[in-house]
Amino acid sequence: MNPFVVLSFVAVAAVTIGGGLGVVLARTVFASGLFLILSFIGVAGIYVLLEAPFLAATQVLVYVGAVAVLILFAIMLTRRVMSGSTQDNRMNNQWIAAALVALLLFALLVGTTFQQWNLSQDSPPPDSVAQLGAAFLGPYILPFEIVSVLLLAALIGAIVIARE
Amino acid sequence: MVDYFAQFMPGWAAALLWFVLYAVILLVFALVNMLFITWVERKVIGRMQDRIGANRAGPFGLFQPVADMVKILTKEDITPTAANRVIYNLGPLVVVPPAILVFAVLPFSASITGVDLNIGLLFIFAVAGTATLGILIAGWGSNNKYSLVGAMRAVAQMVSYEVPQLLSIVGVVMIAGTLSMQGIVAKQAQLGWFVLLQPIAFIVFLIAAMAEVNRTPFDLPEAESEIIAGHHTEYSGLKFGMFYLAEYMSVLFVSALAATVFLGGYQIPFVPVGNVINNFLGPFVLIGKTYLFIFLTIWLRGTLPRVRVDHLMAFAWKALVPICLMNIFLVALIAPFISVTAANSPALAAPVAIVSMLVANAIMFVIIYLVIQSIVRRDRARVAEGTVPAR
Repeated sequence: MNPFVVLSFVAVAAVTIGGGLGVVLARTVFASGLFLILSFIGVAGIYVLLEAPFLAATQVLVYVGAVAVLILFAIMLTRRVMSGSTQDNRMNNQWIAAALVALLLFALLVGTTFQQWNLSQDSPPPDSVAQLGAAFLGPYILPFEIVSVLLLAALIGAIVIARE
Repeated sequence: MVDYFAQFMPGWAAALLWFVLYAVILLVFALVNMLFITWVERKVIGRMQDRIGANRAGPFGLFQPVADMVKILTKEDITPTAANRVIYNLGPLVVVPPAILVFAVLPFSASITGVDLNIGLLFIFAVAGTATLGILIAGWGSNNKYSLVGAMRAVAQMVSYEVPQLLSIVGVVMIAGTLSMQGIVAKQAQLGWFVLLQPIAFIVFLIAAMAEVNRTPFDLPEAESEIIAGHHTEYSGLKFGMFYLAEYMSVLFVSALAATVFLGGYQIPFVPVGNVINNFLGPFVLIGKTYLFIFLTIWLRGTLPRVRVDHLMAFAWKALVPICLMNIFLVALIAPFISVTAANSPALAAPVAIVSMLVANAIMFVIIYLVIQSIVRRDRARVAEGTVPAR
C-alpha cells in the first residue's frame, strides 16, 4: 500500500478519534461542539481516502456547515449552558448503563473488524460523481424522486410558515 | 508544469513541488488583490461621497493598504479578561482558511487550475459554508453581548442565504451537466455565457452572495451603529486583521466565482477556449471580470442603506427561494431539449439555448412582477383600511 495513503489515514483517523474524545472530555458544552466538528471533518477526510469525494463534500456541507452550526447556535441560545457551570459535569449517575452500552458497541465493532469480508478487486471508478448521478436518475429514480418531493415539501412548508 | 519538474526528480516530488508552488502563488495573488481591493474601495467610496479618498501614501494613495497593514501589525494585542482564552484565539484561525481554500478550484485559464475537482462547485459551497463557524467561535469566545448578537445575526443570515445561493446555481449545473469548474467554463464556450441563459438566477446569486460575505446592504452582523462591530468587537491588532483579510478575500472569491460561472470565466468573447491568446490572456481577463463585480459591490455599498432584520429573513425565504425553485422547474423542462440540440447539431446549440432560456426567463419575470404587484396592492389596501400598520 502507498505509504502516503497510510500516513494520511493515520492522521485523519487520529483527528476523528481525537475529536470524538474531545466531545466527551471537554468541560464546556461549546468546546464539545467544536470537537464534534473536528470529528466530522475527520470523517470527511476518510471519505476522501475512500475515493468518495462527493460524499466528503456533502459531509462537510451538511454536518460541518449546517448541523454543527445549528448545534452551536442552540448552545448559544441556552442561557444556563452559556454561562458555563464550573462544576465537573462529565459524569452523571447513569454511568453504569452507559458503560454497558459502550462495551456492547465495542464488542460489535471488534466482531465486525475481524470478520473476513469479500473484498472487491476492482479499482474505484474514475468519475464517481457522474456514476452517482446516473444511478440516481436510473435504477434508483423512485426513491430519489420521493426524497426530492419530501425535501421540496419541507422547503415550501418553511416558506409558508415564514409567510404567516 | 509537473512534466517539466519531473525531468529532474521523481514524479511524486514533482507533483508535490508544483502543488506547493501553486499554493504560494495563489496565496500571494489573493493577498495582493485583497490589499488592492481595500484601496479601490476607499477610492471609489470616496468619489461616490464627493471626497478624494486616500491620496497621501504613494502615488494616488496606492501604498495606503501597506500603511494600514503596518498599523494593524503594530497595534497592541488585547485579550479580554472575561473571554475564554483558547476559543477566543481560535476564532481568527478558523475564519481565514475557508476564504483561501476555495481558490484551489478556481480556473484561471484552460491549463491553470489548482485542482480541477469533478465536484468543484460542491467543494466551494462546502468549504465556504464553514466560514460561519469562525464567526460563531469569535462571537462566543469574546464573552461580549455585542459579539454574541453579531455572531447570531451572522449565522442566521449566512445559513438563510446559503439556500438561495446554492439553488440559483443548480440551474447552471443542470444545463452544464457537470460540477467541475473547467467543465462549466467549457460549456459556456459552447452554449453562450450563463448570464444570458440564466439572467434571473444570476441576479439572485449576486444578492445571495452579497449576503454570504456580509457586505452592505447585508452588513447586519457588523452593523457599527447598533452592535459596534459584531463578532470582531473584542479583537485588535493582527487578530482583527485576520477577520478583515477573510472578509475581503471572500469578496474577491465570490466576485471571481460569479465571473467564472456566469460571465464565461477566463474566456475572451469570440476566441476559442484552446487558443493561445486565451491561454495567455485568460488570467487577466478573469481578473478584469472579477473587478467588475468588486466594483459592483462597492457601488452597492455606496448606494444602499442597511436592510432591516425581519426584512432580511423574509426576503431570503419568501422572495429568493421561490424564484429559485421556479427557475429550477423551468430549466428542468428546457435543459434536455438543449442537450439534444447540442448532440445533434452543435452549430445550433448556442442560439437555441439562449433563445429558449431567454423566453423562459421573460415568462418568469412577468410572473414574478405580477405576484409582487398583487402582494403590494393587497398590503396597501390593508394599510388603507387600517387593519395592519405600514411596513
